[in-house]
Amino acid sequence: MDSPNNSENAIEVSGLNIYYDKFRAVKNVSIAIKQKKVTAFIGPSGCGKSTMLRSLNRMNELIPSCHTEGKVDFLGQDIYAPNVDPVEVRKRIGMVFQKPNPFPKSIYENVAWSARINGFKPGLGRPSMDEWVEICLRKAALWDEVKDKLHQSGLSISGGQQQRLCIARTIAVQPQIILMDEPASALDPIATLKIEELMRELADEYTIIVVTHNMQQAARASDYTAFFTMDEDRSGILVEYDKTEKLYTNPSDSKTEAYISGRFG
Amino acid sequence: MNQPGYQPYFSVNLPGRQALSKVWRSLFLVTTAIAVVFLVILVGTLINQSVGYVAIETKTPIASLVSDGHSLEELDKAELVTLLQQNLTTGRYNTLNASEPMETRAKSDLVNLVYTEVLEPEVQETWLLTESIFHGNRIKAEAAELHPDALLQFKSWLNFNLLKTTQSSDPLASGIRTALLGSIWSILITILVAFPLGVGAALYLEEYARDTWVNRMIQTNINNLAGVPSIIYGMLGLAIFVRTLSVITSGAAFGLGSGGSENGRTLLSAGLTLALLVLPLIIINTQEAVKAVPDTLRQASYGLGATQWQTIWYHVLPNAMPGILTGTILAISRAIGETAPLVVVGAATYITFDPNNVFSRFTTLPIQIYQWSSRPQAVFQHIAAAAILVLLILLLSLNSFAIVLRNRYRK
Repeated sequence: MDSPNNSENAIEVSGLNIYYDKFRAVKNVSIAIKQKKVTAFIGPSGCGKSTMLRSLNRMNELIPSCHTEGKVDFLGQDIYAPNVDPVEVRKRIGMVFQKPNPFPKSIYENVAWSARINGFKPGLGRPSMDEWVEICLRKAALWDEVKDKLHQSGLSISGGQQQRLCIARTIAVQPQIILMDEPASALDPIATLKIEELMRELADEYTIIVVTHNMQQAARASDYTAFFTMDEDRSGILVEYDKTEKLYTNPSDSKTEAYISGRFG
Repeated sequence: MNQPGYQPYFSVNLPGRQALSKVWRSLFLVTTAIAVVFLVILVGTLINQSVGYVAIETKTPIASLVSDGHSLEELDKAELVTLLQQNLTTGRYNTLNASEPMETRAKSDLVNLVYTEVLEPEVQETWLLTESIFHGNRIKAEAAELHPDALLQFKSWLNFNLLKTTQSSDPLASGIRTALLGSIWSILITILVAFPLGVGAALYLEEYARDTWVNRMIQTNINNLAGVPSIIYGMLGLAIFVRTLSVITSGAAFGLGSGGSENGRTLLSAGLTLALLVLPLIIINTQEAVKAVPDTLRQASYGLGATQWQTIWYHVLPNAMPGILTGTILAISRAIGETAPLVVVGAATYITFDPNNVFSRFTTLPIQIYQWSSRPQAVFQHIAAAAILVLLILLLSLNSFAIVLRNRYRK
């Protein structure tokens, strides 16, 4: 955060291109994500919004055919610079996936393990591990539901609870940004609503970037919305990025208007 | 739905299909039954051979040593020593006394000495378990007629003496101690070498290796090696471990060795050869187990800022462990029954001392069993059957240990 005029940006992307072998999945995207806000990525299937999201903490590198060009500035540093350790990036930019994927360990261990591998050490002035697990589960609005069964398997709870456990475990790492890839698409409406409420609460402390297929969800839960679509090469492009309110009520691009009014996509 | 002719359409084919389904069902039932029948026949034959009546004749009648109705066990140590002095040549007595003084020997040892040195029992005839049960009276009559001096005993060839004693030309004193120890030692060496190597190679191939032609070639070769006849591995072991590396495998490099001429026909060579044999199996099974770990777990781990090693150590390995252990059980079960490669590597067919380190000469249970079953005397068939039972028990206990381990990992 070197200059004051971009201090409210959590992450700044400029000229980002992402390729799967020769196919360009994301074309020339530049976007500045605001700090401690919820930003939603919306757009039709295959428009590269998930790929875009995964490039923000270098998760794309796990796919051998994928390579990325462009700059992603986080804390004043390009995370794609050659001397940057992707593991350190992922500690600061956590990720929650589409399908709830708790580890087949106890609820307690799911959270505690994440804290432990990231060097969490209980001690003077710091919470004990038990306290830290409670704090994280409370932040994820899960504590009251699981406090009596902390040592049961993380897979024994419902899908919505599992997804909140995944969020709790991400919080345990103490990231600045949490990326969510369609976090509610595998859940029922009530569980979905809980996740949305949670996103809003978490935005007090963290920057949230969420990919969603659900336009109502983006409208309900986000402060900013970025609309992506495909161009004639089927590459993903950023069409419009604005305050959610503005984008939904008065879109400046006709494609955005067509999409949010349900005429395509 | 009220159209005429519509209703019968539902059921028109039902009897035919149900009949077909019954045919398949009974067919599969029959195949299962055949497998069970063969298993029962196998175990039945072994038990049938390992228990039954034996007619044993002693060189010196037992009645001449102890008074009627009493046994050697009732005598005290002094009386037993006197018996030995009276019935043995002075030279033989002195030899025994020199190897261990009579006074310091245990009573059971003295009783054994009287049995083997004075009584010198010899098996005259043996019967199977089924004969012994159903034709007991006929056997008794036969024994009384053909071997009037013999003692008819109902004997289980599978007993603690079998486990305790070493090989001998005397069937009554013959045991599997050396072979059993040899099998256990060589299998331990095999596990210690093949398990870490196999799991390591599989992890490299699955988690680290890129999809290049070199790696694809390595993969193809591993798959093919799993099907190579075991005797080929014996040749490989002979060339590498017994010959080329004899300085190491004989223990000469460490000043250990079993003495005498330096040669690599040791437990270490056997264990390493068996390890080579099961390595491809362990690699392939581990790869399958690692592949079966869902990718979402890896992603979750990376997404939390875990390194590749942390992901493998905390998530991939524990989740793959049941599969890895199942594969290892199969591999070890194969290794423990192998005979051919060990014959090539140079297992001893006649050996009476325990292996005391990995550089000892050795024999194993399958080799011992093969050797006994090829002898002409019927009595050795009974010992072979008992030894096979021991081999099966050893195999089952190794397997159940691995199953217990596997279930602990599944929790």
